[in-house]
Amino acid sequence: MTMDVQSNAVIEPITTSAPPHPLVEFWYHFRQNTGAVIGLVVIVALVFLAVFADFLMPHSPLEQYRDAILVPPVWHEGGSWTFVLGTDDIGRDMLSRLMHGARLSLLIGAIVVTLSLAVGLALGMASGFFGGVVDITIMRLMDIVLALPSLLLAIVVAAILGPGLFNAMLSVSVVVVPHYARLTRAAVMAEMSKDYVIASRVAGAGPLRLMLVNVLPNCMAPLIVQATLGFSTAILDAAALGFLGLGAQPPTPEWGTMLASSLQFLQRASWVVTWPGVAILITVLAFNLLGDGLRDALDPKLKR
Amino acid sequence: MLRFILTRASLVIPTFLGVTFLSFLLIRLVPGDPIEVRVGERGIPPERLAQLRHEMGLDQPMWKQFADYIGNVLSGDLGTSIVTQNPVLDEFFTLFPATVELGLAAMVFAVLAGLPAGIIAAVKRGSWFDHGVMGLSLTGYSMPIFWWGLLLILFFSVQLGLTPVSGRLDLLYYVEPVTGFMLVDTWLSGEKGAFASALRHLVLPAIVLGTIPLAVIARMTRSAMLEVLGEDYIRTGRAKGLSEGRVIGLHALRNALIPVVTVIGLQVGTLLGGAILTETIFSWPGVGKWLVESINRRDYPALQGGVLLIATTVMTVNLLVDLLYGVLNPRIRHAR
Amino acid sequence: MPLLDIQNLSVEFTTRAGTFRAVDGIDLAVDEGEVVGIVGESGSGKSVTSLAVMGLIPSPGRVVADRLSFAGRDLRALSASQRRKITGKDVAMVFQEPMTSLNPCFTVGFQIMETLKVHEGLSGKALKRRTIELLEQVGIPAPESRLSAFPHQLSGGMNQRVMIAIAIACNPRLLIADEPTTALDVTIQKQIIDLLVQLQKDRGMALILITHDMGVVAETAHRVIVMYAGQKVEERRARDLFERPQHPYTGALLDALPERALGKRRLPTIPGVVPGIGDRPRGCLFNPRCRFARQDCLDLRPPLFPDPEGQARCYYPLGGDMWGAPE
Repeated sequence: MTMDVQSNAVIEPITTSAPPHPLVEFWYHFRQNTGAVIGLVVIVALVFLAVFADFLMPHSPLEQYRDAILVPPVWHEGGSWTFVLGTDDIGRDMLSRLMHGARLSLLIGAIVVTLSLAVGLALGMASGFFGGVVDITIMRLMDIVLALPSLLLAIVVAAILGPGLFNAMLSVSVVVVPHYARLTRAAVMAEMSKDYVIASRVAGAGPLRLMLVNVLPNCMAPLIVQATLGFSTAILDAAALGFLGLGAQPPTPEWGTMLASSLQFLQRASWVVTWPGVAILITVLAFNLLGDGLRDALDPKLKR
Repeated sequence: MLRFILTRASLVIPTFLGVTFLSFLLIRLVPGDPIEVRVGERGIPPERLAQLRHEMGLDQPMWKQFADYIGNVLSGDLGTSIVTQNPVLDEFFTLFPATVELGLAAMVFAVLAGLPAGIIAAVKRGSWFDHGVMGLSLTGYSMPIFWWGLLLILFFSVQLGLTPVSGRLDLLYYVEPVTGFMLVDTWLSGEKGAFASALRHLVLPAIVLGTIPLAVIARMTRSAMLEVLGEDYIRTGRAKGLSEGRVIGLHALRNALIPVVTVIGLQVGTLLGGAILTETIFSWPGVGKWLVESINRRDYPALQGGVLLIATTVMTVNLLVDLLYGVLNPRIRHAR
Repeated sequence: MPLLDIQNLSVEFTTRAGTFRAVDGIDLAVDEGEVVGIVGESGSGKSVTSLAVMGLIPSPGRVVADRLSFAGRDLRALSASQRRKITGKDVAMVFQEPMTSLNPCFTVGFQIMETLKVHEGLSGKALKRRTIELLEQVGIPAPESRLSAFPHQLSGGMNQRVMIAIAIACNPRLLIADEPTTALDVTIQKQIIDLLVQLQKDRGMALILITHDMGVVAETAHRVIVMYAGQKVEERRARDLFERPQHPYTGALLDALPERALGKRRLPTIPGVVPGIGDRPRGCLFNPRCRFARQDCLDLRPPLFPDPEGQARCYYPLGGDMWGAPE
């Protein structure tokens, strides 16, 4: 572009291009967000670790090396390459336990998100689609669940069901259902009032077809974001339950449980406490970064 | 305005009934019925069991039992703790001020740090400060606070010896509980050093509990400010020749506060949930620690009452926030 | 010496797609007590010009000018706080959207008083009296009771009157009104314009009236500047402009006035839109929409050609060789 006001001829190219494929466009926006890319990379690495843990683990997560109790990490004095991140109070290899823990945490995340998403989606769609009494009943129920602090509710459910990893997953799922239900309801109601839905209704589409073929695919974006962020909530809450003794039970190498059972060694062998926490923080942060990135890339309001 | 308050308040009633029903169900859902829970593993002759069941109304139909329960709740009878045999309500309110004190301190910390951080990040959008605040707040938001508390203890208490590890006050001091708030009570007692001791006990737990609200408030303030700073009336403020401080600190902030206050209010639930973990780590004698102990001791009546009272607290605070929202936002206030 | 004297003002915004000149080498002089109209379609740079005068160009925007002076003071040399002493006091502005230009969280009274407090140091009874006086002057009924009203409780027209009250609060020497009636009902539009003109006459202040409505300009302005794609394409006295427009763009704008199209079956329009960031044509910026464009217009970008009555940025002005062919 010329800077000269009284300019001579200036040639400026006129660029016309076909709009890019939605996925390409999504990737373009997503890639701009460094944090989100980092989050994705970390998650991919974690999944790799979790899937191939059996081949990558230097030791069994449960085996107790009685002659190597509370060995510090390799860079500390007295550390050895046999136990890179040290050992815990009964001589189990920290690194192997953490890797196995990654598998558990991702599994927890996946199961909790699947369960709560499925239930929340069903409730939200029913609520948004049928309206009236159904809507009011479901939304009041969700309000009740939301009136309790999520961790407290999870604790109560865990107390009713009894401690254990599976029950912890169930109780964390219950807690997050309202988020999906509300989100779905709002999205469904927004979509339902659009002309194309009215058109296909006029054309004679049945309610199930209307819901699954027309409405649902169009309200996926906020749900994908919420599901990603749901991973971090699930991992965090399950770890908190484990820490309180209501989640996975020892000797299961779940990160929160690991933390709880090594509390008394906080001063003597800080690595026993440090590593599980670092693992939780990194994993949760990665999912939050990814979720934020997805939100920015999928939210048309923020697109230029 | 009165009508506004009444409408909002009436919306809480069904939720309250629902929560009451939930806590009513709680004790019936745990393995064993309330009598068995109560007698534990000692065993009891069947005729005595039947008599007890009758006394407690357990042979009545469900709806009748629930109606009785609501009646009891409304008259302030939340049952008695199995372990201590004290009324649950008394136990709760003996411990509640400690939790409120911790929660308030955490909130003050979160607001004092989060609000300015969010404002500056928005004003200096894209700067290093902005990136730093956003990065830190996402980290804080992702923080397993039980671990965060341990790290802080390790560093400030164990390594540096700056703060005590647990409790609310050094054993050296005895302070008559007047308000239940240790800071106030030690201040009133006039005992030398007691206030400082209470403060030093409070700092670390408050920071731990305030971390997630801090992160949420900083992020929310930033995004609310960014939105408001693009509004026409901000340009009008500048066109009037107002200083940047007045444009941002008065005209922009006043509008940005509307969503921020809502978010702060919603953090109260998070705060009470987080208090369970924080109080456990710091041996803080509040209701959070008490709830965890109740579960571990299978003291279900205590758990039942505690859950109901905490849910009621959260609902009350949410209602207050809703009303405050009306006060802050003139457009809501004047709507019917 | 003119009250406002601008020479070669440019405003640039740098975005990822490149640098965009929203305003491109504008000269503008406004005398004390003069009414200058600036017309053009949306996107022609009218508003950006006025924001540059106010010092309100947001941070990525860059303002350059050979001269930018108000009442003999070089605005470029002033510090931000010195400039704020002029902005809102000696130069004031009324915006397009009255409903969003007032802060929804503060009362109308507060927002007027704020200006008086900051610039005139008024307080207490005097402040309140002056505020009520201002509300009366802009024609708001029952001014005392309106002091405590919030903007959302008033209509768009009332809010625009409040905006005007804020603008004239400190007796400015120059008032810039940026499309002050565009967002209002047609019936209110005339009232607001009449109010502005009356205030301008009573107070003898200079008025820059920015609008896309040629009709408004015809009734009010002494002198008119026509802008297109960030450039000034024509400037002359209002009467001359309406009788003898030289630039084809001006001509097209005038033809689009309903009162000039009497007897025609359709109101003439100008095809196309103002070029934006990536589609500036080669040659004259108006050539893709110009009925009279010739080869020169496609190849060369015309400068402003002076003529006895003003200036026009065109090789082949509508008046032909009325004053003899341009160089």
